[in-house]
Amino acid sequence: MANKLQHQQHRIAWNFVLPAMLGLLAFVLVPFILAIILSFTNLRLGSPLPMEFVAFTQYQRIFSDTAFLHGLRNNALFALLVVPVQTGLALLLALLINQSLRGMVVFRTLFFMPVVFPLSLVAVIWVLLFAPGPEGSLNSLLQLVSFGAWQPRDFLHDASWALPAITLTSVWQGVGFQMVILLAALQGIPQELYEAARVDGASSPQQLLFITIPQLRNALIFVILVTTILAFRLFDQVQIMTQGGPQYATTTVMYEAVNAAFASQQVARAAAMTVVFFVIVLLLTLVQRYWLKHEKVIE
Amino acid sequence: MKRQQKIASLLVYGVLLLLAFIFVAPVAMMVVGSLKPDARVLQEAGSLSGLLPHTIEWQNYADVFARVPFINYLFNSLFISVSIVVCGLLVNSLAGYAFSRLQWKGRDALLLLVVSLMIIPLEAIAVPLFYEVTLLGWRNTYLVQIVPFIANAFSIYLFYSFFLGLPRELEEAARIDGAGPWRTFFYIVAPNARPVFASVAILTFLTQWGSFLWPLMVTSSESVRPLPLGIAAFYTLPPLQWGDIFAFGVMMVLPVLLVFILFQRWFVQGVASTGVKG
Repeated sequence: MANKLQHQQHRIAWNFVLPAMLGLLAFVLVPFILAIILSFTNLRLGSPLPMEFVAFTQYQRIFSDTAFLHGLRNNALFALLVVPVQTGLALLLALLINQSLRGMVVFRTLFFMPVVFPLSLVAVIWVLLFAPGPEGSLNSLLQLVSFGAWQPRDFLHDASWALPAITLTSVWQGVGFQMVILLAALQGIPQELYEAARVDGASSPQQLLFITIPQLRNALIFVILVTTILAFRLFDQVQIMTQGGPQYATTTVMYEAVNAAFASQQVARAAAMTVVFFVIVLLLTLVQRYWLKHEKVIE
Repeated sequence: MKRQQKIASLLVYGVLLLLAFIFVAPVAMMVVGSLKPDARVLQEAGSLSGLLPHTIEWQNYADVFARVPFINYLFNSLFISVSIVVCGLLVNSLAGYAFSRLQWKGRDALLLLVVSLMIIPLEAIAVPLFYEVTLLGWRNTYLVQIVPFIANAFSIYLFYSFFLGLPRELEEAARIDGAGPWRTFFYIVAPNARPVFASVAILTFLTQWGSFLWPLMVTSSESVRPLPLGIAAFYTLPPLQWGDIFAFGVMMVLPVLLVFILFQRWFVQGVASTGVKG
C-alpha cells in the first residue's frame, strides 16, 4: 500500500516537472551542447559544402580576427568602466535613500524608473542627448559647467568617447536595479551594531567603513558579479547607437557573434564566439562562489 | 547638534535633487519633445526649454501611426510578453513545487541541473538556438518568440526557495482532508504564494518587454516584430524626426510605467528578491 502511494506520488511529481524540464532540455541544454559541438565544425547556413569536423580551426580564426579581439577588449574595458561607476553610484543612492528623512520613496521611485525602460528606447533617447555640436544636450551642459572651455564633440563618432558614452547610457538605465538590491541589504543590517558603535564613539564615516560596508559584503559581491556579466552581454546599445564603430571602438563579443551568424551565415564561427563568452561568464561566477565561500571560512 | 543635523539633511536633499534631475531630465525631454514640432526638439535639446512644454501638439502621435504599424508592434509585444508570463508562471511554479515538497526519484540530480542551467545567459546559446529554430522552420513566427522562454531555470529556483519557506501545516491539513498534490497546489499553496508569483511575473514581463537580441535574430517581417525592434527601425527611418521618435517612445513605455507606478512595491521586492539568493 505504502509502495503504491509512493509510486503514485512519484508519477504525479513527474507530471509537475515535465513541462518545465522539456522546455529547459530543448531550449537551454540542447542549444548549449550544440554550441560546443558546432564550434568544432565548419557549419555555414546555405553552404553547399558538407558539415565537417575542423577541430580548433574556428577558435584559431576568431583569436586572430581583429574585430573579435577588439570586441573582447571592449567588453573588458566596458566592465572596468561600468562596474565601479555603477556599483559606486548604486551604493551612494542606496545610502542616501536609506536616511530616515521625508520623501525618500519619491526619490527611490525616480532612480528606479529607468529600469522599466527598454534598453532599445534608452539608447535612442541618449543618441539625442549625445547629439554633436553646441546644441547637443551633453555638449551644452559641459560648456555651461566649464564656462565655455569645453569643445563640443560628436561623442558617438569619436573613437575615444563612444564607449564611455555607452557606459553612461547603461549606468543611467541600470543603476536603479543595483540600488534596490543594496537598499534591501542595508535595511537588513541589525540596528544594534550602529547603537553599539555610537556608544563607543564611532563617527559616521567610521560606521560606514567598519559596519555598513562589511555587512554589505555579500550583496556587493553579488551586485559586482551581475554587473560584470551584464557588461559582457552588451549588445542592444551598440546595435542602436554605434553599430560597433567607429573603427571597432565599441564592437563587442555578442555584436561580432550576431554579425557572424547573420551577415555571413557563419554559424560555427558565431558558436565559437559564444562559447568563449560562456567561459568568461563561468569563470566570473566561479570567482564569485570562491569569494563568498572564503567569507564563510573567516566567520 | 540639532543645527548640525539640519544642515546635514539639507545637504542630503541637495545631492538627491541634483541626482533626481539627472534621472528625470532625459525622460522629461522625451515626453515634452513628443508634444513639440519636430524641428524644435533638436534645436532645444541643449537648453532648459527642451524640458518645458511651450506647445502641446499631438501631431507627432498621429505621424507615428501614419508612418509605422505601431498598433501591430504593440499587439505583438503584449501578446508575446503576456503569453510567456502566463505559461511561465504555471510551468515553473509546478516544477518549483515538485522540487521543494514532493518525494520522487531523480529530484536532487534534476535540481542540481536546474541550478547549473541558471548561469547560462541567453546570449551564450542564442546562435545554436537560432540554428535549432531554423531547422524547426519556426523563424518569423510568434511561436519562436514565446515557446523557448516559458521554462526558466531562475523562475523555478525562485519558486523553489519560496515554497521551501512556506509552513507545511496547511498542506498537511489538506492532505488529511484527502486532497491530492494537484488540488493542494492550486487551492492551498498557490493562493499563499502571491508574492513570489508577483515577483516572477514582473521580472519575466520586464525582460520580455525589452527583449531585443532574440527577435532581431529570428524575425524579419514587421508583422511579428515587437516594440523594441519597432523603435530601432523607426529611429533609422528617414526623415529623422525626433518628435515622432519620442512619441513612439512615450507610447512604448507608458504601459510598463503605469504598471510600475501602480505596483511599485512588488517591482522593488521582485528585483530585490533576485539579490537574496546565495
